[in-house]
Amino acid sequence: MANAQNPTTTGNPAAAGAMAIVAPLAGWLVPGLGHFIQRRWIRGLLLMLSVCIMFFFGLAMQGKVYGFNTGDLLDILGFVGDIGSGLLYFIARSMEWGGGNIQRAVADYGTKFIVVAGLLNIIAAVDAHQIAIGKKP
Amino acid sequence: MTFDLSHFSAAVVFAACASTVFGITQRNTPREMVRYGAYCFALFVGGVIVASWAMWAIKH
Repeated sequence: MANAQNPTTTGNPAAAGAMAIVAPLAGWLVPGLGHFIQRRWIRGLLLMLSVCIMFFFGLAMQGKVYGFNTGDLLDILGFVGDIGSGLLYFIARSMEWGGGNIQRAVADYGTKFIVVAGLLNIIAAVDAHQIAIGKKP
Repeated sequence: MTFDLSHFSAAVVFAACASTVFGITQRNTPREMVRYGAYCFALFVGGVIVASWAMWAIKH
């Protein structure tokens, strides 16, 4: 079902095509932005809050932020999950947050929080793409 | 800033955030989103409670 706010219904295929690329990229870089630029304010805000809360709770629990690596398979997958958070990941790496703490059990929960925040953000970015191409209202 | 969450409170925070994203992304109308988000949250938290009692029963 199409929505009046959707560029695919405004008779401008070029704008719709551009939005189909820009929305998921924006949503990946800044959680919720892919929905904001399509005027889904409440959905965007809830997605932004969910991803950011998980990411920063993970950091506060002294979770580990994985860097690029070619080592253990689980470390590679951890990096793939983490980078799903977009700018949050790059900010955390540049500020040297997320060193991890193997002496605290809760830090392991934090590591999972950070990975899952990235994976949820990828789902949100795909959703922004679905809205842009008119598959979702 | 660091803080300690219990296993259960960490699971509840996890469930709340994941359920919100699942609800918004997996359904089309606001009503369905709320219902599916609540359903996922109940399954997450219910699963934690059931698994906790199962582990307690195994130990005892």
